[in-house]
Amino acid sequence: MDDLIADFVAESREMLEALGGEIVAWEANPDDRSRLDSIFRFVHTVKGNCGFFEFPRLEALSHAAEDALADVRAGRRHADGPLVSAVLAVIDRIGEMISAIEAGEEFPAEDDSALIDALEPGAEGAAAPTAVAVADTGRSSAPRTIRLSVELLDRVMSTVSDMVLARNELARRLREAPTEVSVGGAFERLSAIIAEMRDAITRTRMQRIENLFVALPRMVRDLSAELGKQVLVDIEGGDVELDREMIEMIRDPLTHIIRNAVDHGIEPPAERLKAGKREIGLVSVSARQSGNQILIDIQDDGRGIDGKKLVAKALDVGLLERDDAARLSPREQLALIFEAGLSTASEVTAISGRGVGMDVVRSNVERIGGIVEVDSTPGEGTRMTLRVPLTLTIIPALTVSIGNQHFAIPRSAIVEIVRANGESVTLDSVGGAGVATIRGIRVPEVALSAILGLESEIPEAERNLVVLRPAGGDVYALAVDRIHDHEELVVKPAAPAVMATGLYAGTTLADDGSPILLFDPAGLAEVGGVKLEVQERSARVADGPATATAKAVSVLLFRGLDGARRALRLAVVDRIEEVPASAIKHGAGQLRVQLGEAILPLAGANGDLGKEKVRVFRLNDGAHEIGYAFREVIDLSTIDNEVIPADNPAEVSGVTLIAGEPAELVDAHWLFANHLGTSARSSDDQPICRLPSGDPWMQNMLRPIVEAVGYRVVGDEHDGDADLVITSGREDGRGKAARTIVLRSEPEAAGAKDDSIYRYDRAGLLIALKSAGGGKGK
Amino acid sequence: MNELLLIVTIAGQRVALPAAAVESVVELDTLIPVPRAAPHVAGLSALRSRVLTVIDCMRSLELGATDCSDGIREAAVVELDGHHYALIVDVVEDVVEPLSEPTPVRVAMGPGWERVSKGMVETESGPLLLVDVAPLISGAEARAA
Repeated sequence: MDDLIADFVAESREMLEALGGEIVAWEANPDDRSRLDSIFRFVHTVKGNCGFFEFPRLEALSHAAEDALADVRAGRRHADGPLVSAVLAVIDRIGEMISAIEAGEEFPAEDDSALIDALEPGAEGAAAPTAVAVADTGRSSAPRTIRLSVELLDRVMSTVSDMVLARNELARRLREAPTEVSVGGAFERLSAIIAEMRDAITRTRMQRIENLFVALPRMVRDLSAELGKQVLVDIEGGDVELDREMIEMIRDPLTHIIRNAVDHGIEPPAERLKAGKREIGLVSVSARQSGNQILIDIQDDGRGIDGKKLVAKALDVGLLERDDAARLSPREQLALIFEAGLSTASEVTAISGRGVGMDVVRSNVERIGGIVEVDSTPGEGTRMTLRVPLTLTIIPALTVSIGNQHFAIPRSAIVEIVRANGESVTLDSVGGAGVATIRGIRVPEVALSAILGLESEIPEAERNLVVLRPAGGDVYALAVDRIHDHEELVVKPAAPAVMATGLYAGTTLADDGSPILLFDPAGLAEVGGVKLEVQERSARVADGPATATAKAVSVLLFRGLDGARRALRLAVVDRIEEVPASAIKHGAGQLRVQLGEAILPLAGANGDLGKEKVRVFRLNDGAHEIGYAFREVIDLSTIDNEVIPADNPAEVSGVTLIAGEPAELVDAHWLFANHLGTSARSSDDQPICRLPSGDPWMQNMLRPIVEAVGYRVVGDEHDGDADLVITSGREDGRGKAARTIVLRSEPEAAGAKDDSIYRYDRAGLLIALKSAGGGKGK
Repeated sequence: MNELLLIVTIAGQRVALPAAAVESVVELDTLIPVPRAAPHVAGLSALRSRVLTVIDCMRSLELGATDCSDGIREAAVVELDGHHYALIVDVVEDVVEPLSEPTPVRVAMGPGWERVSKGMVETESGPLLLVDVAPLISGAEARAA
């Protein structure tokens, strides 16, 4: 509100200043129509604003002046001297009041009625014209803000962008030519200043999203009145700032979504009552910043979107095949709302529901690098979420190349980058089209070289796959020759002839000054022939049978180090890691592998480990992990044939046919049972042994022995019961422990009653530990 | 008409460009191709930290392609709707003052030339075709559309 008042003050003051000259001119020539009009406009504006802000005195004054002037304008009255004086006096008073509002002071309680009366026809002797005073009050506190034209700001912004590019070029020149340290230092400083300036100028272009939101209550009011509904708007987060250009870009999509919410979402009052809801529907709009994105939620508590209806509609208009329709997840069903030519409205209304709409919303949002998502519960309401980037001009991007030409891909669209010959990736050709299987998920694969019609020097298997998720949700893999760098690029729109390809989102300059084209991931997919909408559905087809036959066990088919074809239940495989051979060592009785911070027992090391890299499955039984070395992953598959069990429990529990060839089924249980040893016992059924925390000998020398026997060691601070307490003195409370071992530091026992154990009597200690632990656990 | 004209040669023809539209004349060296763009878009180039979209005038006029393989090409830089373009020409000659208003050309030219023609202007060195930059940039496809 304070901001709005400040705006009001600034606007009124501006008008007052502009009016200064007009007033004098009008006074000289009361018949001058254009002067009259501008003065009328001023009091009219002030009146309108006052009503909004609840300044009753200002309103009364401006209203009276407006009435009088309106009469003059309508020719009902002649602008004679007394009227001019009275109007001028009113304007002066308005100026004084505005100054008081600005200063936050209470305006001296005077009676304005004399001024208002003076406006009446035939009134005499109003205050003498004091036009000069207006200018004075205007100057008494100079405004702290100035108004700038948007074009000027845009020009400054683009100049700063150019400056950044010029700086980049200079940086490159400096790198190429040997320069003095002092030059480098000065350049660094210049760089920092430019960066700061860019930040500042970016901020000047920022506008509070409130500007977008202020119009909403009115719009919703009008709409709901027209529709005979009662709708309340709740707006939150108006202070979130967004690039001015961005605000303009989301204005239409936002308006459309809200119209939809009011028109289709919110039910008529009677229907709402029947459904047990409040008569008044609620549309809440909230904005918040998350990283370099702005999230705008539009939520209504209306009837929600019926996914099944959407599907039926899509079938009707032939957007969807019946087979595919059955497999859509609820989310995908809802996503149909963004398809062109679908509208759930049973009848076309004047407000929305012409079947053009949500698809336009989506394409508009996507064009600015945003995403629109929908979530709905029938009967409870719908939530639409717009995610848009903060600004359009600086985009973090990944540079890739094909042949010797560089391109950039917006980082926001990149899901991951994998090597085409990586172990979790297989490339297949289906009717000449590429399909990549990445960790068991099939995604369409297109080669950038094919899309662009360029020659690639690199064989298919050695390329990199950039997995992209264009705004909208479906992924595809793009094969590129090389991946270069992450960069923050100043992106400029490309010429129409370039944009016409549909492939590019803009151009930018690389550090070396050469132009780089920035891809539009959705455009690439389209030109590359990836059917994004269909894709999500067909991906489901791929794993559909697996979920349908719940019994089928997913297994990972791999080749062991000894070359045998084996399968491991997918559920136990946490992930696949690649470690240097040096990370695998014998330690504490068996082969162990170091994976990051953890040292895990290693199974499967039944062949040559090789010299450089070893691939290891990280297996997890929910509580413990072990590693399993292997040579390569063959495929992801399911066990759908009979398993012939092995005669003896061993690493391999049986054989079965997978993909037409026999494979050994690795028994994960056996692996864990045999490779974990003592640490396999989970802490719950491990006996607990309490050791004095402060005793270094106990902690450093004794503790490993105790733990090796299978105890879980706790300190003094452990409150619960311990199965065993080891102490060096008798003062320790015995009551809480099932057993106590007392250690003495002298080899000889103190007497016959002394059941303490000499602390280096290893055999005696072990017997005592084992017998103590015997009651529980194993 | 007292607007200055820039005389250039495209596909061996001397033509006039409105000099006011031309920001500068440059020599292009590196050219970054734009895959899948219309054929008359020769590529992108950079001029003082600005990206130029390079237009091959010969292709735009459907008179064959300019040979860009030998590296340096002369080009006139123009701005249209906020985008900067470099128009590849054979030779940039001179800036002259027109001696007449453009008048319609009353003879059939090639379809490409027809499309970009703004009429014929008299100059000291004889009549020249006054070329409209916009259709030159939009190329042959735009006309078809």
